[in-house]
Parts: sequence; structure tokens; C-alpha cells
Amino acid sequence: MTTYLKNIFIEAGDLTQFTLRFFQELFKPPFQFREFSRQCFAVGYKTLPLITVTGFIMGLVLTIQSRPTLLKFGAESWLPSMVSLSLIREIAPVVTALICAGKIASGIGAELGSMKVTEQIDAMEVSAVNPYKYLVVTRILATTLMVPLLVIFADFIGIFGGYIGYNIHGSMTMFRYFSDVVEHIGFLDIMPAVIKTFFFGFFIGLIGCYKGFNASNGTASVGIAANEAVVSASLSIFIIDMMAVQITDLFF
Amino acid sequence: MKTEPIIAIKDLYKSFGENEILKGINLTVNKGEDLVILGRSGSGKSVAIKCLVGLIKADKGEIKVFGTDITTLNNNELNDIRVNIGFMFQNGALYDSMSVRQNLIFALKHHSRDLSETDIETQILEALDNVGLEESIDKMPSELSGGMKKRIALARTIITKPEIILYDEPTSGLDTITSREISELILSVQKKYKTSSIIITHDMACAKMTGNRILILKDGVFNAEGTYAELEKSDDEWVRSFFI
Repeated sequence: MTTYLKNIFIEAGDLTQFTLRFFQELFKPPFQFREFSRQCFAVGYKTLPLITVTGFIMGLVLTIQSRPTLLKFGAESWLPSMVSLSLIREIAPVVTALICAGKIASGIGAELGSMKVTEQIDAMEVSAVNPYKYLVVTRILATTLMVPLLVIFADFIGIFGGYIGYNIHGSMTMFRYFSDVVEHIGFLDIMPAVIKTFFFGFFIGLIGCYKGFNASNGTASVGIAANEAVVSASLSIFIIDMMAVQITDLFF
Repeated sequence: MKTEPIIAIKDLYKSFGENEILKGINLTVNKGEDLVILGRSGSGKSVAIKCLVGLIKADKGEIKVFGTDITTLNNNELNDIRVNIGFMFQNGALYDSMSVRQNLIFALKHHSRDLSETDIETQILEALDNVGLEESIDKMPSELSGGMKKRIALARTIITKPEIILYDEPTSGLDTITSREISELILSVQKKYKTSSIIITHDMACAKMTGNRILILKDGVFNAEGTYAELEKSDDEWVRSFFI
């Protein structure tokens, strides 16, 4: 038990140092713009198909599942606003972030873990290239910027899925549906939800990089790094979400 | 006139936990010298050369590279020294997300930032010509055989024209013919670019061909030193056992 606790504190200390180093290296030249844009492409563009499908299904299913309950209370007309608010405030950010944790954090963990095991990170270091700056800073920045964009995209696709779901059993024009959605969404519904997604993205990148960069030697450690990256990133998403909801509730 | 050695290690110690790997090794490498380090697996040969480039921090001792003690340097200062050192890793350590061309460009661009595209292309082709693999320029590392990977790793090492190259088991995992080819390439690089080398190997044919001085590491210290011919006839049976 003591060893277990000790290991948790050691890991927390290492992760804090790793995070502080990110902020130290972030503002120091040279800046790796090409690698950063390559990572944005890998994180953002390559995750789009997955987010499109899941976003659409989220909206569609939520509408179909909520409809009978609202019908019982004669509140079917609330369906567009209820679905869109649920998506924007909670479901799309959390589900998108979880998908990104599964796809991106594991990918980063496995890639960097494999580079560590095959001495590619050492090779970079002896070539006088700062591997932390080249591999870690670019990836964390890319996930921090791309995850919020993916969430906003998922919001739109989810709301569109809701429109399709509504029209399976009911009938409403697209113009009326979206007018209803826009009418009920306020600034305070969007901003806290968007802000928390930057934290989701930051932690997905941070944990993926931390686990990969600190993989021990041996091929088994690559799998362990990828697995731990997904588990830790997913857990961190729920913790950040809980904190964000508490803070939002406190101030707004 | 006696010149200062380009590498001078004095009383170097390194432990991993309770396991003492290096127990006060001393070593000098002069300009143009090609030194081979022999020793059993786990004797600390790779640890010693990784300490030389700052990949592993030594516990105690002095490591002078080009006259500067690298144990006191920060990362940026260390990078200024590293640009003159080449390191060929045991498994090649090619960046597997990049093609051969990109691997070479990556090494070159971070080394000399003001090169034109034409200069870069010329140097890439020259490096690949040196290792006889011009046709593999657009291949990915996964498409290369073990021997080809080592050749490309050598091309990536020499493209920056370092003054000294450290080879970590350059022929490990290769068949006899390919091992000989790699040894011949190392020899031709030494002659063409007048580099100094430290070669860690278990391959005695490679040691004989590429080294003009051999050191044998045992129990954390250098146990024997001499030319191939001298050590082959050593009175110490353990030393002779490497040459059987």
C-alpha cells in the first residue's frame, strides 16, 4: 500500500515536471511550425470522419430516445432546443473528447513509446535536436487547438442528426428546426463548454506524450504506454468535466 | 608536437541503482584514431559512449570532448558539441515516419540551417552514394532490410560531416557478408572524411578491419589495451578468448 501511494506521488511529480517543461519550451525558439501543422493535420483532419459519424449518431439517437418522454408531457416542440443544449453543453464535448482520447492519446503514446524503444528519440537528441520541443510541444499544442474545433464540428453534425431524427416520426422544416435551436442557445451555453474542451485537448496530448516519452525499454512498454494513455486521458476528461461543471455552476 | 586528444575520459563512474556499470574508466582518443571497445554483453560499452554524448549522465568523473568537459554543460551548450559528433545506433534508429530522403534532410537541416535546396539535394545524394543506396532515396525504413537500414543510418551520420563517429555495434544482427560490407564502409568513411571513431562491437572481423587500437572492458574498467595483433597474443587467457 505504501509503495502504491509512493508510486502515485512520484508519477504526479514527474507529470508536473513534464507539464512545466512544456510551458518552458513553448516560448523558446526555434519553433517547429512544420511539425506542428503536420500534427494538426493528423489530429484534426484524420479524426474528422470518426467525429462526423459519431456526432451524427449522437444527435439522431438522443432525439429518437427523448421523443417519447417529451410526447407524454406534450412538450414535443422542446425537442430541438433540448437536444441541441444537451449536445453543446455536455454530450458532444465529452463524447468527442473520449473518442479523441481513444484515437489520439493512444496513437501518440504508442508512437512516442516506439520511438523511445527504438532509440529514435536518442538519435534526435544526439543530432542536436530538442526532442521535447519537436515531438511533445507540437503534439500537445495540436491537440489543444484541434479538439475544440472537432467538438464544435460535432455540435453542428449532432444538431443536424437531431433534425433527421425528429423527421423520422414528426415533420419540421430545416429552417424552423434551426431557428428553434438558435433561439434557445445562449452565450453561456456555448462558452463554458468550449473553454473546457481546450483543457480536454491539452490533457489528451499531455498524457499521450508523457506516457510515450517515459516508456521503458522493451516492446511490451509500447502497448502499456498506449493503454495507460487512453485510460488516464479518459479519466482526466471526466475529472475536468466535473470541475468545469462545478465552476460554471458557481459563477453562472 | 603533441596535440590534445579529442576525447578524454577520466575516472568515469556510472551506476543504475545498486548495479555499478562503470567503475572509473579512463580513455583518450586522438585525432584520426579509430578505437574499438570490446567487452561482454552488459559490460557497459554502450553506457560509456552514451555518456560521451550526454545521453546518459555520468555519476562521477570528467568527460572532455574537443577540450570541453561536457559533464558541466547545459543542454544548449551540449548541442554545440554534439554537432561535431556522429552516432550510429545499434538498430539504426531511423525515423520510421520519414522516408530515407526525409531522414537525411532532418539531420542536415537541423545541423546547418542556411543550406539551399540544391546544396541539401547534393549532400543527400553524396551521402547515399557513399553507402551505395541512391536508389532507396524515396523508400520508407520499413521497406529496407537490416543491412540497408544500417547503411542509411551511416549515411545519416556522415551527412553532417562530424569529426568523430561513435558506432554502437554497427554489424550486430547481420550476416557475415553484410557485416563485412558495413565494416568496409566504416573504413572508407574513416579514410574519406578523416574522422576519428569509437567502435563498439562483438564482431572481431569488424574490430580487426576498422580499429587501430583496441580496449577491452571488464568489470567496469578497461582490462586490456593494444593493437589487434598484440591482444591476440596476450598472456591473459580471458583476453585471448575474444580472438578465438
